[in-house]
Amino acid sequence: MVDPVIASRLQFALTTIVHIIFPVMSMGLAPFLVYFTWKELRGGSRVYEQLRRFWTKIFAVSFVVGTVTGIVLEFEFGTNFAAFSTFAGELFGGPLAIEGMMAFMLEATFLGVFVFGRERVSDRLYFVSSLAVAAGTWLSAVWILIANSWMQLPRGYELAQQGGQTVVHLTDPMAAYLNPRFMFMYVHMQNAAVESVALFMAGVAAYHVFKHYVWGYPVQEVDFWETTLKIALVALLITAPLQVLHGDLYARHVSETQPQKFAAMEAVWETDSYVPEYLIAFPTSFEDLTNPRAKELFGLGIPGGASWLASGGDPRATIRGLNSFETEAPPVAIVFWSFRAMVGLGFWFILLALWGGYRWWRGELLEDDLLHKALMASSLLGILAVELGWVVTEVGRQPWVVQGVLKTADGVSPGLTGAEATLTLVGFALVYTTLLALYSYVILRIIREGPPGAEELRTRRVEAGGPTTGVPGDD
Amino acid sequence: MTEYGTFASEPLFGLPLPDLWFALVFFMLGTFLFLDGFDFGAGALFWTRDDPAERETILAAIGPFWDGNEVWLVVFGGALFAAFPAVYANLFSRNYLLLFGVLGALILRGLAPEMYEQRHDPAWQRWWGRAFVAGSVLAPFLLGVFVANWLTGTGALVTAAGLVVGVAVVALTVVSGVAFVRLKTRGELRADVRRYGERAVVGYLLAVVASLGALALSTPALAAALVTVPVFALVGLSVALAVGYVVALRSDQDLLALVASALLTYGLVAVVALLLFPVVDPGASLSVDDAIVSTFPLNIMSVGAALLLPLVLTYFAVLYNAFSGPVEPTESY
Repeated sequence: MVDPVIASRLQFALTTIVHIIFPVMSMGLAPFLVYFTWKELRGGSRVYEQLRRFWTKIFAVSFVVGTVTGIVLEFEFGTNFAAFSTFAGELFGGPLAIEGMMAFMLEATFLGVFVFGRERVSDRLYFVSSLAVAAGTWLSAVWILIANSWMQLPRGYELAQQGGQTVVHLTDPMAAYLNPRFMFMYVHMQNAAVESVALFMAGVAAYHVFKHYVWGYPVQEVDFWETTLKIALVALLITAPLQVLHGDLYARHVSETQPQKFAAMEAVWETDSYVPEYLIAFPTSFEDLTNPRAKELFGLGIPGGASWLASGGDPRATIRGLNSFETEAPPVAIVFWSFRAMVGLGFWFILLALWGGYRWWRGELLEDDLLHKALMASSLLGILAVELGWVVTEVGRQPWVVQGVLKTADGVSPGLTGAEATLTLVGFALVYTTLLALYSYVILRIIREGPPGAEELRTRRVEAGGPTTGVPGDD
Repeated sequence: MTEYGTFASEPLFGLPLPDLWFALVFFMLGTFLFLDGFDFGAGALFWTRDDPAERETILAAIGPFWDGNEVWLVVFGGALFAAFPAVYANLFSRNYLLLFGVLGALILRGLAPEMYEQRHDPAWQRWWGRAFVAGSVLAPFLLGVFVANWLTGTGALVTAAGLVVGVAVVALTVVSGVAFVRLKTRGELRADVRRYGERAVVGYLLAVVASLGALALSTPALAAALVTVPVFALVGLSVALAVGYVVALRSDQDLLALVASALLTYGLVAVVALLLFPVVDPGASLSVDDAIVSTFPLNIMSVGAALLLPLVLTYFAVLYNAFSGPVEPTESY
């Protein structure tokens, strides 16, 4: 039997790591869907109706799986982290409740209209539905990140006694909920979602374009895929540089407000100045894999880089080392390597965007088969980068569940037995593996099937009794 | 603290906010049990149909709605967490394995229709059809067990009271499911499901009586709480509603039957709330006043809820209005 604390942490990690994929897809796709719907209703070319229909299918499947996995997370606070829920519920439960009522409701009800209602509701209401769905997905993230940012940077509360237990009481909602961390997290997360979806779109489109132009297979609707590729590249050109620039500001903010996490990100054990930014650090032995930058290791670093990053431009700045904190360090290796992998990917996405943009500008977008291969290989890397970013955020905060206030080990349900926790951990591992396999299967089927062709779009309109010529909305 | 003035220290307009939030939490639970209840009921009816076209029709009938309906469970959980965090923590951790059963059933139920539509080969659809039915029956059953455990405060996984309350909730979802499916369909399917509704409503009444008996036997405190005027009034009202439901079905007034099933559901939840109040969690001996969050966040949430609930009802009005009337044969899931 696994210890209930370990099992609960593993279970929460597993369920969040899988869950986050689906909100990323929804949040990233939402602005694209609004744009496609707008162009379709304004009587743009047929390709926008295809785009809207095709990506809506992927959105709808992602939303369903996101819903069922999201309910699991909400319940886990009560089932596995009851001590945390009792302690911090007053500040943490409110944002979750408002998220459900304000955002999730908006998204779920209007998604019904958006997915099933094209032939049933007016163009105006249809467009409003696309906006409402998008607003719902983005507002969800607002409230979830308000709750999470409070755990990273708890403010606006006092400790009080209630029913013989110490709990937090809200004293200042503006300080608690609009704390600076929220803005950093929100911008970073939303931009990452759009960037990830842009990469996914680009990869899927590149596959079809490659198949058509390089392999010479006849691909249906190749115009559709070309347009998709171009739209994805535009989105990538905007989001990729923004993400790295913003990430730099965010890292500096972390070094100011969560120095222990920052020290773990850089694997700095002893307080030091002029700390180099290690790009890689080779361990000399297998055990040292878990201890990056142990003294005897060979590392490749930029002199003063980490100090420069932490202070915003001063290579001689001091970084507080992990050994100077009273609490044990978070699992440094995980945080160190995840941070490096995320940042590395961020730079790779900029390179991809510039490469694609350059080829497009030269009129060679469809001919560069190496670019197509790179895009295909990178289609899931945006989501991987998001996962790595969350690992840095959440693992880097350990051993605290509420930074500096409540330790994770003290937040677990007191009555939980190792047997129960192990049973559900194994159960979720099986269920979530199946869930991921099924989701991938469905998405791959949708991609293979491609967009609805001209014939199908016409048939749909005849069935619905709508116009059979022209584009809906241009009357 | 002072800068927020009386808003931070006095209940809004002097209202009894803790009691109102107790009522609101149960209103949300009732709304979930009614709205997602007819989805669950439609899932149970799916089992009785062999014809692929009829099965498609049932899926198409709930297609645009179920996601929005299920959000009421999230909202119920969120409101309980926000207003009574200690209850949320105690109740959920005490019913640890049971709630994971509920989650498993909900995952199955949510995923199955999506999968069912992916491939049109019989074996695939047979299995996902079974998964859909299993999730649709198991979810309300386990929720019923959860509600019974909430009332008795037990930490045991399954009790006699839990089993009968579970059966009652499943029967209730079939009652509303039949009304909903009839409202959304025409022809043989609509005519044929009526008998299931009639049987289910009788089964529901019997299960409720058995549930009240089992609850009274399990806990002396509940036995005393049961013998009160409001509880008897609600039980009497349920019998009248059940009769009204059958009459409405027989005179083809499907909407009225659906309203009757909604009132039956809210009636059941009202009995649960009455049996508890002023305690919220008997298992941890937490009353409304013990478990409620402090005044300031409660005021904020109350303003939020007062602003948002009308909006949410508007969303549902738009949704149900857009898809009013029977499912068209061309509409696919």
